[in-house]
Amino acid sequence: MFNAFKTPIISALALLAVGVGFYFGVNAYVQLTLLYVFINLLMAMSLNLVNGYTGQFSLGHAGFMAVGAYTSAYLVQQVPSFTGFALWFFLLFSIAAGGLLSAIFGFLVGQPSLRLKGDYLAIVTLGFGEIIRVALVNMDFLGGPRGIASIPSYPALNFGIFEMPSFLSTYLAASFWVLLCFFVIWRLVRSSRGKSFLSVREDEIAAEAMGVDTTATKVRAFVISSFFAGIAGGLMAHVVSYISPSTFTFLKSVDSVIMVVLGGMGSLTGSIVAAVFITTMPELLRGLQEFTGVDLRMVIYSLSLIFVMILRPKGLFGGTEAIDLWRKYVKPSS
Amino acid sequence: MQDFIQHIINGLNLGSIYALIALGYTMVYGILQMINFAHSDVYMVGAFAAYYSAKWLKIENQPGPGNLFILVLIAMVVCSLLGVAIERFAYRPLRKAPKLNILITAIGVSLFLEYAGQIIFGAEPKVFPEILNNDYLFEFAGLPIKTFDVTVLAVSVFAMLILNYLILYTKIGRAMRAVSSNANVAAMMGVNVDRIISFTFVVGSSLAAIGSVLVGMKYPKIEPLMGMMIGLKAFVAAVLGGIGSLPGAVLGALLMGLSEEMVVAYFSSTYRDALAFGLLIVILLFKPAGLMGKSTVEKV
Repeated sequence: MFNAFKTPIISALALLAVGVGFYFGVNAYVQLTLLYVFINLLMAMSLNLVNGYTGQFSLGHAGFMAVGAYTSAYLVQQVPSFTGFALWFFLLFSIAAGGLLSAIFGFLVGQPSLRLKGDYLAIVTLGFGEIIRVALVNMDFLGGPRGIASIPSYPALNFGIFEMPSFLSTYLAASFWVLLCFFVIWRLVRSSRGKSFLSVREDEIAAEAMGVDTTATKVRAFVISSFFAGIAGGLMAHVVSYISPSTFTFLKSVDSVIMVVLGGMGSLTGSIVAAVFITTMPELLRGLQEFTGVDLRMVIYSLSLIFVMILRPKGLFGGTEAIDLWRKYVKPSS
Repeated sequence: MQDFIQHIINGLNLGSIYALIALGYTMVYGILQMINFAHSDVYMVGAFAAYYSAKWLKIENQPGPGNLFILVLIAMVVCSLLGVAIERFAYRPLRKAPKLNILITAIGVSLFLEYAGQIIFGAEPKVFPEILNNDYLFEFAGLPIKTFDVTVLAVSVFAMLILNYLILYTKIGRAMRAVSSNANVAAMMGVNVDRIISFTFVVGSSLAAIGSVLVGMKYPKIEPLMGMMIGLKAFVAAVLGGIGSLPGAVLGALLMGLSEEMVVAYFSSTYRDALAFGLLIVILLFKPAGLMGKSTVEKV
């Protein structure tokens, strides 16, 4: 069953069916939550490439997200006259531009700092995230501390025979990026070049001895990861329509780390499950908040992080994908 | 010129507070090779311990050195207990785990303390009790020197001297140095490694507690997230000086305090938070072991 989803077209059609189902089935609040899930999916999957597959520790993912979000928002503001299809395609372009700029930043940050190991890398990336935020606060043409408000969101598309509502056109774009991210990373880590990511994680010295350029490999992973973080940021800018430097704090980076760790480092499907879980959990726990009177959500998050690390050090899925579990437990014969 | 000297004094004050916190980071790193992200929140808890005990003992409006001493002592005890508990329940089960897991656990503990703090203490800032009058003491180079500046400097220098004595001239200090240079060999020589690690957390957390009361006295506004920025900067200071080295941490912290004060005074206060990380990145690129750290050669 899972094998079919390895074909991008089929997964795209399945996602589309889910989208149409959400459009007719549920209210706008749940639809928005679904879009947040997609943004977090992009963050978690891209961070997994660095933290999970390559074994480096980046704590500055929010910084790259900010670069993507601001770039896309700024570009769209330059073409106020665009509507309909023109706007939709321009958003495709502007978000990609945000991703590219973010990838360039990833290269600039990664090139020097990925020579450092473990903890130092975590601190440098954290520092980079903070520097981006402080720089944004000081940039007046990007709104300074007030940020950018009323960013154009995805338009409704008129196909002549029927009109595609704004939610579905947003959903279309979001699924495009999520699928792109998923399949790029999924196929990358299974290619021979991608194996070098895993070798760096498993044993850096041995990898170097086998002729893997470890720094270049790490930088490659970092650049791809920051590209998709930028995409996630751009998408968020147009879904939420408002961004400010305080959107992209250290906590945003920690959020993505939590998703990667919870889902399992080196498991894309694990990241998907964790991103869905982490995004919907706070919404589901709203009832609990009314019950207890205080916001216990972050306390539950942090405790679960500690317990997962102690009890299941490799995350819920470990390094395995859902498809492996499916083969092992549900359908052992195939 | 007078301005400049005033900035130097402020910078030294800030630097010595950073130093007290940075020492905790560097000691734990020296012994466990981990960044104790929760250290900054232990510091926050210290400030709240002092705040609530001052209320409970009804000494919040009676400034005096005696009360300062009592509050520092209480904060030290509370922080030590908290530090030992964190080590025992969160870090010890992961002693043999990959470094990444320990780092993530530390972030988890830090987030837990911050959000539990927001629920227990309330998220809105509180006014720290007046525990010392900021009197005019004497004049230096035409500048009035006040109690706070002198107290912060004196207390932190005193604490560091005691730490120096403890590490260099006592039995337990020698054991700490032994564990930090090689835990396995130290264990073979009869050092109880677990106890030494707990003791390291006691010392580090106590220093953070002293820092927290001094900060509360000088900048009387405390909140559950107060540890975040100062903790990051203290950590950066520790890395700057060479993590694992005690004199390095103090040197790094003083440099950091002075340069931050200078940036605020002569450049722009909005960049003060970016400065720390910019400084860190530059240092790590050119001298990855920090100013006073030893660079190690990796053997296969």
